[in-house]
Amino acid sequence: MNQTNIIPEFVSRQSFIELDARRRAQSLFDEGTWKELVGPFDRMESPWLPLQGIAPQFDDGCIVIKGKIGGMPAVAIALEGAFQGGSIGEVSGAKMTAALDLATKDSEAGKRTAAILLLETGGVRLQEANLGLAAVAEVISSVLALRPHAPVITLIAGTVGCFGGMSLAAGVSSYVVMTREARLGLNGPEVIEQESGIDEFDSSDRALIWAIHGGEQRVGMELADALVEDDAEKIRATIRGYVQADLRPEYRSQQVELYRDRIAALDASEQIDPMSLRQRWNNKTTGGLR
Amino acid sequence: MEQIEFDYPAAKRRIMKKAHVGVVGSGDMEVLMEPTQNEGAHVSITTSVDGFQSSWKAVFDRFFSRFDGAVHIRINDAGATPGSVMLRLEQAVEVINQ
Repeated sequence: MNQTNIIPEFVSRQSFIELDARRRAQSLFDEGTWKELVGPFDRMESPWLPLQGIAPQFDDGCIVIKGKIGGMPAVAIALEGAFQGGSIGEVSGAKMTAALDLATKDSEAGKRTAAILLLETGGVRLQEANLGLAAVAEVISSVLALRPHAPVITLIAGTVGCFGGMSLAAGVSSYVVMTREARLGLNGPEVIEQESGIDEFDSSDRALIWAIHGGEQRVGMELADALVEDDAEKIRATIRGYVQADLRPEYRSQQVELYRDRIAALDASEQIDPMSLRQRWNNKTTGGLR
Repeated sequence: MEQIEFDYPAAKRRIMKKAHVGVVGSGDMEVLMEPTQNEGAHVSITTSVDGFQSSWKAVFDRFFSRFDGAVHIRINDAGATPGSVMLRLEQAVEVINQ
């Protein structure tokens, strides 16, 4: 493709990353079918942040939107990465869990309702400590309750990424969709550096971080299912596909033996580079031993 | 963190719609603008930056010199500059006037 073809496409597309959490969630639904639940006008704020001198947000950084995607019932739950790093607290966690549980209830009653988690989050909100940790446990058990009935789709668009406790929610989802700009990992780069030293992981080395946590690598290692461009229309189409998709016969989080074998087969005496790891892990039959 | 309240009794025009704009991100704020049945407008600010009451007052004095709606304005602020505050307020008015 020559340059004149590339530029108009690049300029005319609607970036998804540039949207805030609310608009991201709205953009996934069929036009005119959605409504927001427990929105900012209900003012369900965190009661804990003001006690610590931090301004809360009217929706606690969690946006819940119910509607139809490709004609099928769905609920989107989006974390706003710009507010307290998208962290999960008591209120935002309760909103997320309640939305998932209502989707389960509807699905059990015969109205299959998919859930889309738009995760831009560093994990538990440290200011809410144990309540945030409890929220992560509740979210995970609610995802596990819903996924036998309807797809639970995690979408990580960037640029905050998905880390900490919420990366576990991504891990138990039916499908994970990422952009190249997005990152997914249990511990963030700075945590790893702090715990294991700069020789282990240099958190200022952006190329290294994206080579390991980035969407391309996560899809390459089959820890995520689809790599999408930062294009609202393309992301919408991908999500629609998964909302309509069949339920998975087996989930990544059930393949304990497979992942144990893969890790056991790694030779840690030499430096493992992201590309060779991708080639080994992508092989489903041999546990990466070939 | 500081709570700041202002009253603008002269703002009496009835408003029908409500608006929510902005995010409580660093250097930004969110505003809820809702119709009120009271006479005049009321402003409630929660800001994480202390000591800027006079700056807030100056921004709202100017805002209500041009806007006369009977609204309850609620703000959560994470250090927005006066310029950003005014932009967010005008964005909310734009939604209300749509």
